[in-house]
Amino acid sequence: MTLTWILLILLIGGVLAWIFSGWSRWIATLAVLIDLILALQLWLTHPIMPIPQHTGMVPNWIAETQYHWIPLLGASFHLAVDGFSLLMLVLTLFIGLLCVWISWHDPVTRENTGFFHFHLLWLIAGIAGVFMAMDLLLFYFFWELMLIPMFFLISVWGGPQRKKASLKFFLFTQFSGLFMLIAILALYLLHGQQTGQYSFDYADLLGNTVSRAMAGWLLAGFLLAFLVKLPAFPFHSWLPDAYTQSPTGGVALLAGLMSKTAAYGMLRFALPLFPEAARQFAPVMVVLGVAGILYGAKLAYAQTDLKRLIAFSSFSHMGFILLGIFSMQELAYQGVVVEMVAHAISITGLFFIAGMLQARLQTTGLDAMGGFWEYMPRMGGVTMVFVMATLGLPGLGNFIAEFLILSGTYQVHILWAVLASLGLIASMIYALVILQRVFHGKSRQSLSQADLKPLEGLVMACLIAAIVWVGIYPQNVIRSVQPVVQQLKQVVDHRQTAVDQHLTWNGYTLLK
Amino acid sequence: MDVFHLLWLVPTFPLAGFLILALFGMKMPSRAIAWTGTLSIGLAALLTLWMGLHFLTQPPDGHHYRQVLWTWFDVNGFAPTIALYLDPLSLVYIFVITFVGFLIHLYSTAFMRGDEGYARFFAFMNLFVFSMLVLVLADNLLLLYLGWEGVGLCSFLLIGFWYRDPANGYAARKAFIVTRIGDTAFIIGLFLLVKQFHTLNIQDILMQAPGVWAVGATGAFWAALLLLGGAVGKSAQLPLQTWLPDAMAGPTPVSALIHAATMVTAGVYLIARTHVLYSLSPAVQSLVAIIGVLTLLIAGFSALAQHDLKRILAYSTISQIGYMFLALGVGAWTAAVFHFMIHAFFKALLFLGAGAVIMAMEEEHDIFKMGGLRKKMPMTYWTFLAASGALAAIPLITAGFYSKDLILFDALASTQGSVYLWLGGFVGAFITVLYTFRMVFVTFYGEQKKPIAHNPEHERAMMIPLVVLGVLSIVGGWVELPHAWAHFTPFSHLLETTLPATTLKPGMESNEWWLQLLTAVIVFIGIYLTWVAYVKKPAMVTAWRETAFGRACHQFFYKGWMFDQLYDVLFVKPVVWLSRIDEHDFIDYLYEGFGRLNAWIHAGFSRTQSGYLRWYLLCIAFGLLFIFSLILFV
Repeated sequence: MTLTWILLILLIGGVLAWIFSGWSRWIATLAVLIDLILALQLWLTHPIMPIPQHTGMVPNWIAETQYHWIPLLGASFHLAVDGFSLLMLVLTLFIGLLCVWISWHDPVTRENTGFFHFHLLWLIAGIAGVFMAMDLLLFYFFWELMLIPMFFLISVWGGPQRKKASLKFFLFTQFSGLFMLIAILALYLLHGQQTGQYSFDYADLLGNTVSRAMAGWLLAGFLLAFLVKLPAFPFHSWLPDAYTQSPTGGVALLAGLMSKTAAYGMLRFALPLFPEAARQFAPVMVVLGVAGILYGAKLAYAQTDLKRLIAFSSFSHMGFILLGIFSMQELAYQGVVVEMVAHAISITGLFFIAGMLQARLQTTGLDAMGGFWEYMPRMGGVTMVFVMATLGLPGLGNFIAEFLILSGTYQVHILWAVLASLGLIASMIYALVILQRVFHGKSRQSLSQADLKPLEGLVMACLIAAIVWVGIYPQNVIRSVQPVVQQLKQVVDHRQTAVDQHLTWNGYTLLK
Repeated sequence: MDVFHLLWLVPTFPLAGFLILALFGMKMPSRAIAWTGTLSIGLAALLTLWMGLHFLTQPPDGHHYRQVLWTWFDVNGFAPTIALYLDPLSLVYIFVITFVGFLIHLYSTAFMRGDEGYARFFAFMNLFVFSMLVLVLADNLLLLYLGWEGVGLCSFLLIGFWYRDPANGYAARKAFIVTRIGDTAFIIGLFLLVKQFHTLNIQDILMQAPGVWAVGATGAFWAALLLLGGAVGKSAQLPLQTWLPDAMAGPTPVSALIHAATMVTAGVYLIARTHVLYSLSPAVQSLVAIIGVLTLLIAGFSALAQHDLKRILAYSTISQIGYMFLALGVGAWTAAVFHFMIHAFFKALLFLGAGAVIMAMEEEHDIFKMGGLRKKMPMTYWTFLAASGALAAIPLITAGFYSKDLILFDALASTQGSVYLWLGGFVGAFITVLYTFRMVFVTFYGEQKKPIAHNPEHERAMMIPLVVLGVLSIVGGWVELPHAWAHFTPFSHLLETTLPATTLKPGMESNEWWLQLLTAVIVFIGIYLTWVAYVKKPAMVTAWRETAFGRACHQFFYKGWMFDQLYDVLFVKPVVWLSRIDEHDFIDYLYEGFGRLNAWIHAGFSRTQSGYLRWYLLCIAFGLLFIFSLILFV
């Protein structure tokens, strides 16, 4: 029941914020805060997540709700959370709350404030829904629900090139989403034909016995949607435009959370539904991951606009997630989950900083910046933390994530792990640009009263606390997804047959 | 109560200092900042001394003490802990870090007075000491890596401390990125160890490694080589030595603490700490010795040609760490650690003395624009001289003699030693004397070329550290006397509970006299030569530099053997070029091109909707013709 409430509060809150425009910031704060408390309470009361039972592959849910939706088609309104979903839910609401707060001082939100918060809350609801839906049709519904408010956030409150950016974003995600819909429908029909039970339910579809060739096509449909949303190389073309043109509150949700829905989708749906096919795809995906890490870093270094730089850095880090997922090792899976959390926090921090600078300077061009330490030492200190997180400084969350992903990858593909490690050098090269070109050097203009306002300070303090916490005690994160990860590892390994052995790779076979 | 239970407090004091200064530093008066910054290190130093005395008198079981604070994370049994490990090796290191660190902090309270970033300076320095302590106390390699990167961060922040000058920012960035290259090798080494041992606990790895790997095994080779990559970066050894001379852009106390006494010797610590891996791969261990010898020679020659007082010292540091690497490479583990300790005393002192000189000369770094400071700054002069003597290894009366002589002896006499290694070290020792006394004579002798603006001799906070370190540069060596004289070797005796003893070739001990005599002779020859060249007949050097060959040599050495230029062409330019050619992401053009193609087709077809009846009729006619042709002929 709690799960339904979490969605309803956001949806109703959004409508109320639209109606009572003057109060919309408070309404939004209240709605997200209540949800966050609900989710946290659920998370904290289950410190040790249920141990998976080896009888079936269906996880043990911590909370579950199921209503009839379209019984004729076998689709139901099925929400359920395990440790993984719950972790993502808490993260979504945490970042969502900070997005509401950081928009408080954002000048672009002064027009149509109520409508802005309506979109913001519905977007959060869509993301939360994606993390909770255990019915494939419902999952697709939420997947699309995220898209529309995001489209409006960019096209109404975005930067000067918002029309083009929002259209590009919409086309890419919508188009790729359609392939997922086709795959879902095909899976539904095939499974129905085989078993006579037509159902969209996750639990029913797990353990399907679709033929090997068909599974490959279905997985490709799913993966296309996820790779575009992540985004992975070479589907990242929409990213720099959408990230730079989006308002501050929107971009944090876009980069911090919507990209994580893709990673979540892979771990929750793509891999467990089609484990053999996933193993066959793995070599390609690993290569795409490494290509993304290095190519993204290269692009980030070349940028002269702060937001574009951060956008490409985010793309580069998504390569680690892809690499981790398809190296299929427990260490790497854990790393992926930690990266989902840590990257969400650190990229949110960086985009918030870019947004605050944009509000003060009316530009994000790096050429207009320099020497700001003098005027905003606090913001400089805060920036330093997130820059260091981005370049993977130990003690901050991203390090744990990248270490686990790379050492997991190293177990099976030494060469690709080594190549991906070069990304650690590259990330330092571009990340230092942020710090040095914005805050160091001679100041070109004098600013007054430019340092963090109290509310901004609070937001940044929350983010710093979170990233340090993940860095020095990631055990809470790791423990809550441990059953899920172990189960996934079992599924992926379990269905390895003799045929697989020579079809796919294992060990160091990518080059040998 | 067992004093070792307080071990966690040693890094916690500096951390607390950092947090206080970082959060409230902007509003604190400068006196409070100085007290907070210095006291945090002072308390850590006192605690370390107390613990050290305890360790010497009543050592814990097995000569080590382990304190587990919490489990960092636990993935399927791979569970690195946040745990501290105290044994004689880490004890020596934390003693140097906290004690020398405290003196440098004390010095900084006066040296940095009036700087607008006073709080920021002490915050970063405290953070540095904390990270360095974590590095040496870490009981597993992942936590060690945390400290390792932490000190790199602080080094970056402090080199670029005066952030308004882009040159400082460049130097800071260079230091961070070049060391990061080594660090990446290091972390790949960690992946290898995780794969092999499923743990990163240092003692477990050292215990299991001989069982898993035979001597010369591939795994051990790669593990040792990759860790060496990290060590080479951090300790500014060939081929990653280029960052250290530029790192002198930071305030002088930073150079003393980070780029002389502590951080740059982290590589030595890492190799000594993981010595089993090196014993298992003799090839890599020989490589360590070769890197050491080459580095000490290259850096020594470069130091000879520098004008900037701090750059001379920087190259000298690279060179001296080369000696430590040489010692590690021939299996003289304790000699390396001994030289680390003595080097920390005298090199920190040299930097602090240089800081005082530079302060007196109003930020003038060029030694040829100084001169004659002996009379006006007697305390600086005498302490500087003591440290220089130690650096040049003047026999008997300086500490540097005992430590360097031991390395030279082991380079020849150890089972892994050879005449070539010894010869390299021996030539290096001669060059060391030359550049050291060149620096002393030019700075302190001759005519005074510039008036002293503000004489730091009146600053008690600056002079106390000089005197204390000066005394240590003299007497510090007496904890380890040469074998040939007496069997008084408490230092190596202590360390040999952790590190293996050096194995000598049979019958070498009797030769030690000759070697010592030889070194003594060249030291005095060197001093005499420099005295002639720079005090008595300075024209001689000028004349030599006017010759074409002399100028070429000078330029070559001055630029540090052109490594910067080489790397610029090999790495920096290609990377920048690569990023410039494709700034707008060629993949985007593919999608945009697809979009344009559609728009173009759209435009083409929409042009057919012209509204002219004759055009539509023509199209219909052609269409009919086409269809009929299709039906009739196909």
